[in-house]
Amino acid sequence: MTALVKSLKRSYSTYWYAYAMAAPVVIVLGVLVAYPLGRGIYLTLTDANSLNVGHTVGVNHIPDTFKFVGLHNYTDVLFGPGSYDRFWSHFVWTVVWTVTCVVLHFSLGLGLALLLNQKMRGRTFYRLMLIVPWAVPSFVTVFSWRLMLADGGLVNNLLSFAHLPQPNWLEDPLAQKAAAILVNTWCGVPFMMVSLLGGLQAIPAELYEAAEMDGANAWQRFRNVTLPGLRSVSSTVVLLGVIWTFNQFTIIYLLFGKNNAPDVQILVTWAYQLGFGQLPRDYAQSATYGIILLSILIVFTAFYQRWLKRADQSAV
Amino acid sequence: MSTTTDLTTRATGAPAGAAAPAKSRRRGEPSRAGAALTHTVLGLAALIAVFPVLWIFYISLGPDKTDYLHPGQIAGKASFANFSKVLGQTDFLTWFGNSLIVAGGTALFGVLIAASTGYAVSRMKFPGLRPLMWSLLATQMFPIAVLIVPMYYIMASLNLLDSYGGLILVYSTTTVPYCAWLLKGYFDTIPTEIDEAGRVDGLSPFGTFWRLILPLARPGLAVAAFYSFLTAWAEVPFASTFMLSSDKYTLAVGLTTFVSQYESQWNLMAATAVLIAIPVTALFYLVQKNLVTGLTAGAAKS
Repeated sequence: MTALVKSLKRSYSTYWYAYAMAAPVVIVLGVLVAYPLGRGIYLTLTDANSLNVGHTVGVNHIPDTFKFVGLHNYTDVLFGPGSYDRFWSHFVWTVVWTVTCVVLHFSLGLGLALLLNQKMRGRTFYRLMLIVPWAVPSFVTVFSWRLMLADGGLVNNLLSFAHLPQPNWLEDPLAQKAAAILVNTWCGVPFMMVSLLGGLQAIPAELYEAAEMDGANAWQRFRNVTLPGLRSVSSTVVLLGVIWTFNQFTIIYLLFGKNNAPDVQILVTWAYQLGFGQLPRDYAQSATYGIILLSILIVFTAFYQRWLKRADQSAV
Repeated sequence: MSTTTDLTTRATGAPAGAAAPAKSRRRGEPSRAGAALTHTVLGLAALIAVFPVLWIFYISLGPDKTDYLHPGQIAGKASFANFSKVLGQTDFLTWFGNSLIVAGGTALFGVLIAASTGYAVSRMKFPGLRPLMWSLLATQMFPIAVLIVPMYYIMASLNLLDSYGGLILVYSTTTVPYCAWLLKGYFDTIPTEIDEAGRVDGLSPFGTFWRLILPLARPGLAVAAFYSFLTAWAEVPFASTFMLSSDKYTLAVGLTTFVSQYESQWNLMAATAVLIAIPVTALFYLVQKNLVTGLTAGAAKS
C-alpha cells in the first residue's frame, strides 16, 4: 500500500510537470484551432454568409439570422448543380498540382543534395546560392516571377528570341497551371535539398566503404545505402511537402491575383475566394470546402503512415 | 572466394584496364569529367535559383513605370529613385515596423511554448502524449478556409482584431506545432544523462529544462525562432483579414495593396520587394548552418 501510494505520488508529480510544460501549446491550439474548427464545422451545417451573420454597426448589434441546413452544403458542393466546375475540377487540379510539385521537389532536391554531398571546391558557394529561393520571402519571389512571366516579360522575350511559342502564362488556363508548377517547384526545391543533404551527411561513411569493398557499383550503393539511410528524413519531408503544397496559398494567390484565374485555383484558394473574395461572403460554403480539404489530408496521412509502417516491416 | 573479391576490387579500381596502374580515386572524389559535369549542373541550378531575385533587383533600378517591359533600357538610366520614393512617399516604414513587431513577437512567444512542449514530449511519458503529437502534425493540415472565419469572430469577441497580439497568437497556431515537432527531435539528440545530472543536483524538471537543456539546444532554438519569424514575415491571408486599418498592414499585405492602388507602377513594387527581402534574407544566411542541423535532427527522430 505504501509503495503504491509512493508510486502514484511520483506518477502524479511527473505528469504534473509534463502537463504544465505542454499546457501553453494545448491552450493556444485549443482556443485558436480546436474551437474555431468546431465553430467552422458548425458553420458548414448552416447557410451563414456575410448578410445573415451577426455583426455590429456603430452601436447597433444585429444578431445572427442564418439557419440550420443539415448536410445540405456538403451534398451541394459534392453533387449539386455545377458541382464539377465548383468542386471536382478544382479537386482534380489540386491533386495533380500536389503530386507534380512534390515529385519535382523531391527528385530535384535529392539530385542537388547528392551533388553537393561530394567533396569539391566551391561547395559552400553553391549551397548558399541554391537556398536563395528559400531565403527570400515567397511573396517577393512570386512577384518577380509574375513580372518575368507577364506579357512582354523576360520569359516570353527569351522564347521569342529563340523562335519558340510564347504562351500567355498568366492568362491562358493551361499555361497558368504550368507557370504555377514552375514557380512552386522553384520555391520548394531548396527546403527538400537542404533536408536531404542533412540526411545524407548523417549516413556513416563506413557503410559506403563496406559496400565498395563488396564490389557494389554507384547505383547499387545508391539503392542499398543511400535510400535506406535517407528513409526517416525523406518520409517526413515528403509528408510535410504534400501537406504544404496541398494547402499552398501564397503562390497561387499572388501569382494570379484576384478574380481573374478560376481554372488555376486549388481548393484552398478557391475556398478563400468564396469566404473573402466575393460579395456576399459565403462563410458556410467556404468552411465546407475547408472541412473537405482537411478530411482529404487526414485520410491521406493515415494511409501514408500505414504504408510507411508496412514498408518498414517488409524492409526488416 | 578471396580470389573473386580481389578480382572485383581490382576491376573496380582500374576500369579501363590500362597497362599502367591508374591512380586510385578515394571515395567521394569524382573523376575529372565527373567533376566538370557536377560543376556544370550545380552552376546552372545556382543560376536558376538566383536569377529571379537578381531580376527583381534589376527591375527596381528602372525609374519609370513601364521599364519592366523594356529591361534593356534600364542599364542606361539605373538609379535608386524608386527606393527613395518608396521610403519617403508610401507607408513602407509603417508596414516594416508592423512586420517586425508581429514576426518578432511570433518568434519569441512561439519558440518558448514550443520548446516546453517539445521537451515534455521528448522526455516524459504521460497520458495524452500520442494524441498531442498527432495533433501537432494535424494542425499543419488545417486549411485557412476552415479556421479563418471562426478565428475572426473569436478575435472580435476578445477585442484582438487589428492588434499585434491577436495576429501573433494566430501565427503561433501554425508555427508552434511545427517548432514543437522540430525541437522534440532536437531534444531527442541530447543525452538523457544530462537530465540525470540535473536530478542528482536537486533540480526539478523545470530547472533541468531551463538551466541545462535549453542552453544545449540553442542551435535548435535558433532554427525554430527563424522559422517562426519567416512564416510570420511572409504571411498574407490572416494579416489581410485581421489587420483592418491601413496603418496596421504588414509588409506582405502592403505589397498586395500596390496591385490595385498602383496597378501600373511595377517599379515601385519591385523596389518595395527588394527592401522587404534584404533584412530577412540576411538573417536567413546568418542561421542557415543551424537550419540544416535542426531540420535533420527534427526530421530524423520523428
